[in-house]
Amino acid sequence: MSQQLLEELGRRQYRTDIPDFRVGDTVRVGVKVVEGNRERVQDFEGVVIRRRGEGINENFTVRRIASHGIGVERTFPLHAPRIDYIKVIRRGKVRRAKLYYLRGLAGKAARIRERRETT
Amino acid sequence: MIHGLLGRKIGMMQYFTKEGMAIPVTVIAAGPCIVTQIRTPERDGYSAVQLGYEEVESRKLTKPQQGHLKASGGKMLRILREFSADDPLAHKPGEVVTVELFRPGQKVDISGTSKGRGFAGVVKRHGFRGGPKTHGQSDRHRAPGSIGAGTTPGRVWKGQRMAGRMGGTRVTIQNLEVVEVLPEQNLLLVKGSVPGARNGLLQIRKAVKG
Repeated sequence: MSQQLLEELGRRQYRTDIPDFRVGDTVRVGVKVVEGNRERVQDFEGVVIRRRGEGINENFTVRRIASHGIGVERTFPLHAPRIDYIKVIRRGKVRRAKLYYLRGLAGKAARIRERRETT
Repeated sequence: MIHGLLGRKIGMMQYFTKEGMAIPVTVIAAGPCIVTQIRTPERDGYSAVQLGYEEVESRKLTKPQQGHLKASGGKMLRILREFSADDPLAHKPGEVVTVELFRPGQKVDISGTSKGRGFAGVVKRHGFRGGPKTHGQSDRHRAPGSIGAGTTPGRVWKGQRMAGRMGGTRVTIQNLEVVEVLPEQNLLLVKGSVPGARNGLLQIRKAVKG
């Protein structure tokens, strides 16, 4: 009963504009950043390596290779108001729920096959 | 105005503020409470307002308890607690107090019974470091170490922190911020954690240091 109530309260803050995306997909996340007193949107593009949590607590991690081949991972709450948009750039076909193995790989080895919708 | 309210802890969750920050909040089912008695300096030696919370079947209360509740309209209430008020004499038995007593942004103190931890060792109970984990130590990992000097004083000082019963006592957390008030559902959202387990009884009071 009380757990239901907590879920319900969380639902009030859900975002409705989140596209359907899975682990392995490449996404572009627009993050609102405050610079001085100006606000602008900064893109962060990369592979979704995990989705965890549920309800209002759900979050996802995006991994991208920044300059000099350094991997950068950012975790966002799925329903965060600081996210301007999430765009799915490419759908990936993977056989794991968590793609931590990508951390040990670079370049060609870190590629992910594209997923073709069969339906 | 009455300075407090009774409630029960529902649980914790994440909450996004207007600025977009995710903060931890505790959801509390608070009130409605009914004023059941007024304590006056003439009769009781101090002044306060007694609030009742949680309606129950009459068979759950004794005859004396039922008689006590007659003055406030005869609603059968399980829990009675006293709170201070700006002017206790301005209130009448039967008056209903709801969560609307609190405003978002206001600071409150919340008291409850902490979770019982049973017989706990010194590491958990008092935050001792315990002994070294290596260098040939045996049975010393969570030991308290020395508990005092030798022949002088020849005894252990009173108040020496040792293992024992932990938790299950009344704990007050001060200056918790009210994040949101939902009067239709009698809910109160407060930033941070609150003593006790889910469904534990809480007293929510206006912050003394607010």
